[in-house]
Amino acid sequence: MKVMVCVKRVVDYNVRIQVKPDESGVVTEGVKMSMNPFDEIAVEEALRLKEAGKVDEIVAVTIGPQQAQEQLRTALAMGADRAILVQSDEAVQPLTAARVFAELARKEEPGVVLMGKQAIDDDQGQTGQMTAALWQRPQATFASKVEIEGESAKVTREIDAGLETIEVDLPAVITTDLRLNEPRYVKLPDIMKAKKKTIDNTTVDDLGVEAAKPLKLTRTAPPPARQGGKKVESVQELVSELKNKGLI
Amino acid sequence: MSKVLIIAEHEGGKLGAATGKAVRCAQDLNAEALEVAVFVHEGGDEVAGAAAKLEGVTKVLKVTNPANENALAAVLAPQVVSLAQDGYTHVLVGNSTFGKDLMPRVAALLGVPQVSDVMKVESEYVFARPIYAGNAITTVEAPDDQVLCATVRGASYPAAGEGGSAEVEDRQVDAEVPGHTRFVGREVHKSDRPDLATAPKVVSGGRGVGSEENFKLIYSLADKFGAAVGASRAAVDAGYVPNDMQVGQTGKIIAPELYIAIGISGAIQHWAGIKDAGTIVAINKDEEAPIFEVADLGLVGDLFEAVPELEKALDQA
Amino acid sequence: MEYDVVIVGAGPAGLATAIRLKQLNAETEVCVIEKASEVGAQILAGAVIEPEPLDDLLPGWRDNPPNMCVPAGKDEFLFLSKSGASRMPLPPQMHNRGNFIVSLGAVCKWLAPQAEELGVEIYPGFAAADTLFDDDGNVAGVRIGDMGVAKDGSEKSGYTPGVDIRAEVTVFAEGCRGSLTKQLIRRYQLDEGKSPQTYGIGFKELWQVPEGRTETGRVTHTIGWPVDRRTYGGGFVYHYDGNRVAVGYVVGLDYADSNLFPFELFQQFKHHPQIKPLLEGGKILSSGARAIVEGGWQAMPTMEMPGALMVGDCGGTLNVPKIKGTHTAMRSGMIAAEHLAGNELSPKGYDAKLRTSAVGRELYQVRNIRPGFHKGLWRGLINAAVETVTGGRLPRTLETSADWSSLHKVGEYQPPEREFYQRDLPPKDRLQSVYFAATEHDEDQPVHLKVADTDICVSRCREEYNNPCTRFCPANVYEMVEDEQGLRLQINAANCVHCKTCDIKDPYEIITWVTPEGGSGPNYQNL
Repeated sequence: MKVMVCVKRVVDYNVRIQVKPDESGVVTEGVKMSMNPFDEIAVEEALRLKEAGKVDEIVAVTIGPQQAQEQLRTALAMGADRAILVQSDEAVQPLTAARVFAELARKEEPGVVLMGKQAIDDDQGQTGQMTAALWQRPQATFASKVEIEGESAKVTREIDAGLETIEVDLPAVITTDLRLNEPRYVKLPDIMKAKKKTIDNTTVDDLGVEAAKPLKLTRTAPPPARQGGKKVESVQELVSELKNKGLI
Repeated sequence: MSKVLIIAEHEGGKLGAATGKAVRCAQDLNAEALEVAVFVHEGGDEVAGAAAKLEGVTKVLKVTNPANENALAAVLAPQVVSLAQDGYTHVLVGNSTFGKDLMPRVAALLGVPQVSDVMKVESEYVFARPIYAGNAITTVEAPDDQVLCATVRGASYPAAGEGGSAEVEDRQVDAEVPGHTRFVGREVHKSDRPDLATAPKVVSGGRGVGSEENFKLIYSLADKFGAAVGASRAAVDAGYVPNDMQVGQTGKIIAPELYIAIGISGAIQHWAGIKDAGTIVAINKDEEAPIFEVADLGLVGDLFEAVPELEKALDQA
Repeated sequence: MEYDVVIVGAGPAGLATAIRLKQLNAETEVCVIEKASEVGAQILAGAVIEPEPLDDLLPGWRDNPPNMCVPAGKDEFLFLSKSGASRMPLPPQMHNRGNFIVSLGAVCKWLAPQAEELGVEIYPGFAAADTLFDDDGNVAGVRIGDMGVAKDGSEKSGYTPGVDIRAEVTVFAEGCRGSLTKQLIRRYQLDEGKSPQTYGIGFKELWQVPEGRTETGRVTHTIGWPVDRRTYGGGFVYHYDGNRVAVGYVVGLDYADSNLFPFELFQQFKHHPQIKPLLEGGKILSSGARAIVEGGWQAMPTMEMPGALMVGDCGGTLNVPKIKGTHTAMRSGMIAAEHLAGNELSPKGYDAKLRTSAVGRELYQVRNIRPGFHKGLWRGLINAAVETVTGGRLPRTLETSADWSSLHKVGEYQPPEREFYQRDLPPKDRLQSVYFAATEHDEDQPVHLKVADTDICVSRCREEYNNPCTRFCPANVYEMVEDEQGLRLQINAANCVHCKTCDIKDPYEIITWVTPEGGSGPNYQNL
């Protein structure tokens, strides 16, 4: 069975992001970029499925600028077999990404499409579900455990109330949550080996996909500052303040 | 004028809290009709009745289908899409895991983008939403010539009041429901204390607590509140608590409604983990502690006196 | 893994070496390893650089410059008192016409892909933890540290053992107080006959300030307040474009007052009436700290050893009066490459070549300036003037002494009254500063700051020096904690910004800094 893993190039999670003074967005020039951490978990899950003998080929795909090749190289170094870059210099929005991934899924015919539950830049958390809908296949989101059994998968999902297990017929889309696994370190010799693996280049147009009309981002501002600093003189005063706020 | 459809979330006959918040958000949309859809496999009058009482709701649609025994996005989405054909301008749901799972599927089937985690309605098609884990807020403008799908950020809205009396209508929905997704089971969190990552109330201890032994003060107070227990990195480093209790930049980043920081100085690294909390309370004997600059309610005092006093006060409250 | 040349460190010296090697012989197999998660992430410098080696290395570079690079404009040199500032005549070494204010990290980030285009293999996120030796005791390469080791030394589920990288010749480019070079200098006695190496600690913050305050290209250097006359120190303010300024402060680590708090000195500097109006209302984008090598000519060890050589500041090529080390570091790398390429990769003879080169001549000429300040500011300035006028030709070389030995015991030294302001500019404290360094260490890994005997901390050091590590560390790594367990040293290793000051200044020489897991440490951006 083939697995297709979708990854995204995002600002590294460690970066202290800076909102541009003209409010046109977040500063990305000179800033460290990495693979979306949830997508790293997806790549790791694909590798574990391969190591368990359930999967024989892993294809890593991304939609993004030319430099997104770096993230594909990381996936290849982790152990993916080949990669596809769908080049797009526009900021990618979920519906367009989903259309691209659904089209790639139709071409590649994987048994499972894996990707992170959300990207840490836009935090939209939609692409996996949209891909599944457009591909007309099941979705299993926020996965904390994946078990492939023949033609179906049992997926345990993290939901607000606890854990929920569902069964989905393959092929299906699974989106990963934090506790699914811990991604492996990339080994130096594997980075070298990855250089010999292929990355195919294409574009949204070449795939025959119509880019969705994007939502307009008209302003990006820092979050409103909290008004801290109020002091209370006693425990009694604290309790009455909390009562007023409906917290007790 | 908008016509809003809200997808209700419910479990065991009870309406989910996220639904009330979505309704509250919808009140800002200048809606002439604000309708709540309740999907059930049988019965459902209690849930529909609760939805009908929410302030601002003009109608409740009860959709019955045996496939709806458990909420599955793949099963609900075609039903929502079918309902949505009836001239709705907006389709909303709360940003619980239920809503986050369902709405994108609906949006894709409708062929429209989705706005996730709406924090504020600027106008019918313009919204504010958080990005980069809330470190920046973007204003998003959606096209006004297509249905607007969105999830509503629960932390940004109170629940809609209860004073409504909308009618409940049984609605037939003609939608093909797939069989490729099946419910297997569910495991509800049964531990005595809520999970730190998602608990609405958290009590945390810092280095000021002084020892592993003294931390029982914190646990005791947390139990009074029905809260989860957290700790600052200093407390973890000093060995008072295990590291999965660490709240902060390198620990858990949480957003409870109430966060009580006891004996915590409030280093910026800790702040990074709690800055989205609703109300932050600090108890510390050092009045210069940085946490007092950002806490909503600060009490300068000896925690070994203040905490037992607070516990007693809660007993009496 | 095997290469012709392995280079440890992707700083300006390491990358210049790599690029030059490939330019001279495209067939040479060159590998650069770098402990930071990304090239440039752990590079910290002022910096105003002389472009001459860059013009030589990459002639077209001005048409495609790195991020954060502006031509140096107006120079000024100020003597500060607590509330005033006097303009001083600009020393000749501080004329910056033709130079560039850069982010050295951005320069390295820009150099790396150019090196890769030439076929250099660069691996960030991998730390050289040990040197490899062959049976004859020659350097044979380096060993990458293990990843996925728990704090107690056991193997975590993701454990990945380190890999040996063997090479015909190893080029150490670790920067100031390199951890491997420290061991190698000892092993091969490379410092025999040399003066002890000396250092400073440098702090830097990059600020975004309100419109209309900056003057792109302006270069300001200061001496005087807030250091006292016995302590070597000075500040800088460099103006970039986009309403960004870099402010920084250097304190010589030969200071005597064990209660001195270098971080505080930097923060005070920012509150000087000349500086504060520039920063007020702005915000910090990035901050960090790093030791600076100051020993110069007489402290530079023999830069070659069997199977390896040293380039840049791990040996100490920085020109202190100019406060510039990038051009000499790069040039030393280029000379190393040229030497290796013409010598069948044998390092033998490199040291002599370096000393007789323009780098050597430059360092020789200014060799007596920094040591003169060990006796205080005024004598230092007079000495500096004399040395400058005579071009370093006086037949003498002032000796240095090791920084760790310069602390006076508590009670034996009367520190001066330090006139400090009440501070209100961020960062409030070191923890807040560390936040802007974006330093990251997996907390479940062995502590990379090896203190040989922590009993000394609670007894002797407490009494004799009042635990200076709790003050000289810019990141609040070392804390003396008193709680129910008693008084003990607590090491907050996760805060470490890899500056190396503790390895240098601790008065008992019991702290050894080793590389943590690759990819750990600061993530400086445009700093």
